[in-house]
Amino acid sequence: MSEDSAEDALFVRPFIMTGGRSEPVQAGLRLETLVVAVEEAHVRGPGLEFERQRIVALCAEPKTVAEVADGIGVPLGVAKVLIADLMVGGLLASRQPTELPLHVLERIRDHVRAL
Amino acid sequence: MSGRSDKSVPFAVKIVVSGGLGVGKTTFIGAVSEIEPLDTEAAITQVSVGVDSLAGVEGKTTTTVALDFGRITLDSSIVLYLFGTPGQDRFSFLWDDLVEGALGTVVLADTRRIEDSFPALDFFEERDEPFVLAVNRFDGAQHFDVEEVREALGLGDRVPVVACDARDRSSVRDVLAALMDQVIGKHLAARTGGGRARALAR
Repeated sequence: MSEDSAEDALFVRPFIMTGGRSEPVQAGLRLETLVVAVEEAHVRGPGLEFERQRIVALCAEPKTVAEVADGIGVPLGVAKVLIADLMVGGLLASRQPTELPLHVLERIRDHVRAL
Repeated sequence: MSGRSDKSVPFAVKIVVSGGLGVGKTTFIGAVSEIEPLDTEAAITQVSVGVDSLAGVEGKTTTTVALDFGRITLDSSIVLYLFGTPGQDRFSFLWDDLVEGALGTVVLADTRRIEDSFPALDFFEERDEPFVLAVNRFDGAQHFDVEEVREALGLGDRVPVVACDARDRSSVRDVLAALMDQVIGKHLAARTGGGRARALAR
């Protein structure tokens, strides 16, 4: 195993941003989960570490977890950890129902039929 | 899981579009999406199957996958995302992330290479989540009867098989509507019977 390949460098670095943690402090974030910075986030944002600051800036408009990962150039797993931290810290908000009731499913179907 | 329940935040729902390489997934998504479906620059670096395996260096894989996805804003509070599964088998580790929480799946098939849809069909049939088989019409492909396709694939009666033209917005819409009918049908069936066992099994 060569220790200095570019792949190895890429492999180790991302999880340094999370302090080595690989599990988000808040479960349930999916690829498509929309997250948005809360209004007061721009006041507290500048005090954050670099990547977290970039996420807050990126999420001025709602973004999916997938877009955040792509936007700051980190693996999905890392993005989930950072986003969850920011949610628990009250800087990002999200609404992701786990189970959709019938009337919402019907609403989705009606919208799809009208496309 | 709302950290801060802000009514102004829309929520996302997802439909997965699967099938073999070159079957028309990107075209299908592009026909209804508000955003460009595939940006080759928009690659997501994904660290292997389970992040837990980071401890063992031998278990590592770093792969860059271009995520193929489209967006449809349904109303002010619901945004529908269409995610394409990567065509290559070697990216199949991403499938679990892709299908997690999805409303359902469209499996696209090409009658000229029907066997290419087998891996996707196997995967989604096993999961017992809503899906429809959409047979994409390709120029030069022989005409086919959807029931023949069903028979050829050994699909049960419960799986809708529909013909579609992935380039055509209204055709894609009809496939998605057929899937939503399936989603609602399953939801109702789960409430009346068998749902309890499924809920417990989760």
